[in-house]
Amino acid sequence: MEPIAYSVPTSAEQALREFTSSGGTASYVAGGTTLFDLMKLRVERPSRLIDVTRIGYDTISTSGSELRIGTNATMSDVAADPAIASDYPILSEALLKGASQQLRNMATVGANLLQRTRCAYFRHGAGAIASAGAVYPCNKLRPGSGCAAIGGLDRAQALLGVSDACTAVSPGDWPVALTALDAQIHILGPNGQRSLPISALYRLPGDTPHLEFELRPGDLITEIVIPKTGAGRRSTYHKVRDRESYAFALASAAVALQLDGRRVGRAHVALGGVATKPWRAPATEAFLIGKTIGRETALEAARLAFADAQPGRHNGFKIELGIRTLADAVMIASERNA
Amino acid sequence: MARRASNQPPPGLETRDSRSSAPNSKALDDQAASSPRQSGATNFAIDRRTTLKGAAAVMALGINAGDRATAQDGLAAVEPIVPTENRCVVRTTINGQPVHLTIDARASLLDVLRETLALTGAKKGCDHGQCGACTVHVDGRRVASCLTFAAKVDGRDVTTIEGIGSDGELHVMQQAFIDHDALQCGYCTPGQIMAAIACVNEGHARSPDEIREFMSGNICRCGAYPGIVAAITDAAGKMRRG
Repeated sequence: MEPIAYSVPTSAEQALREFTSSGGTASYVAGGTTLFDLMKLRVERPSRLIDVTRIGYDTISTSGSELRIGTNATMSDVAADPAIASDYPILSEALLKGASQQLRNMATVGANLLQRTRCAYFRHGAGAIASAGAVYPCNKLRPGSGCAAIGGLDRAQALLGVSDACTAVSPGDWPVALTALDAQIHILGPNGQRSLPISALYRLPGDTPHLEFELRPGDLITEIVIPKTGAGRRSTYHKVRDRESYAFALASAAVALQLDGRRVGRAHVALGGVATKPWRAPATEAFLIGKTIGRETALEAARLAFADAQPGRHNGFKIELGIRTLADAVMIASERNA
Repeated sequence: MARRASNQPPPGLETRDSRSSAPNSKALDDQAASSPRQSGATNFAIDRRTTLKGAAAVMALGINAGDRATAQDGLAAVEPIVPTENRCVVRTTINGQPVHLTIDARASLLDVLRETLALTGAKKGCDHGQCGACTVHVDGRRVASCLTFAAKVDGRDVTTIEGIGSDGELHVMQQAFIDHDALQCGYCTPGQIMAAIACVNEGHARSPDEIREFMSGNICRCGAYPGIVAAITDAAGKMRRG
């Protein structure tokens, strides 16, 4: 790891000024749970870190017509917020099923949106661990170098949104739940404020898998805004892993339902662990509307979400796993009290 | 298992060494000063731990004795060898003692604790936030010290396994780990105990299932999990009763 400079500004404006004066070489850091990890692996090599955890933007507001969550609120604090836990289990579960309590106490909900993939070839592509052997080709790490995962050990790779250049899974849980609920991301950048729907924050890999986010240099995520919905209580984040806890998703589903009796009025559905970005499932949502909820209906709806799945050599099992995970999530959500 | 005399360190529980029982900074300085002698002339019963700690203290002292000494408030420290622009000043409290350090800005809290301050209770397992052996408390909340930039604890209170006992008494959680055989090799144990104390304080130790879920960030390769869950269940009741 190269030497770094480290500063701790106390306002967003100061953070932006420091970024600008770095000539674009600085990285913002919040909890550091991803960035420090990847610096040790030499995947991230910033020369300067701007610690943004003391600039404010750490409040959680649930009293208005929308949920407003400051970027610097920690994952553990948001998960434990009583109003969010009772009225939006999809959100608290997505947070609690990610990482460990140690990491949730460190990581912030804004920076979590920018977590990098867990693709092993990406993480070890820089060859930081000598015993791991070769430096792997990785188009995300070194554009044009190729992809070792395609045709390689691809058990954990994505099925949806893949390209010939990259099949790396978008690793998050929280962004999947936010995608299902149509969250807006507020951004403060060198050219002022703007906001965008979370679905527009993430890019498909295409030919440029090294470009992951629709962010400009110096952009700072300041707030996550979630429109309130009557589907909040009948919701869940269901996650299937290689072990019961503290692992990344093999397949996950965020589901929120508005029911009229057992008939679906509105459905919010997004998938994790199977796609190159947090994956909205509009065909599943459309199919569910007007249907009476039952196991067969849920399975039929779930199959639609995987109609375009492109498995590799070892990850074909994730199609059936993903379908059943999503169907289970629909059933869990439907059985909750509104 | 019989309750241990409080001044005898249990095997595998690195909580009762002379440093951790030192309540003030003067004692910490004395410890640092005496360690080289302990591992040399006056103490011939050299074990691995004494040797390692002695070496750490020598390193700290050797540099601290030079012109560039930066430690204040009683803790010996190593001046980082990086250029000035790559350093950070950290004023923090560690186990109740104020500490003022100049550190290499890329240093983890774990490395500063272990290598600079010779507080070797927190362990380096994976160094990537995956195993929990490095767990300490910052402002009362458990964190992975290996992924915490040391610069972040400026103005914060840090508690390590060395700081949880009091007046020669083990913490209730330490005693529970002994009573329930909640360890074999003991390497993960300081992290387990720090996580366990936080788990109880958070209110996440109300059932075995909840304990398992909220302790999942701490891996035990010996597989002492049944004992760990039993120990936390036992200690949780005693901690709640105060």
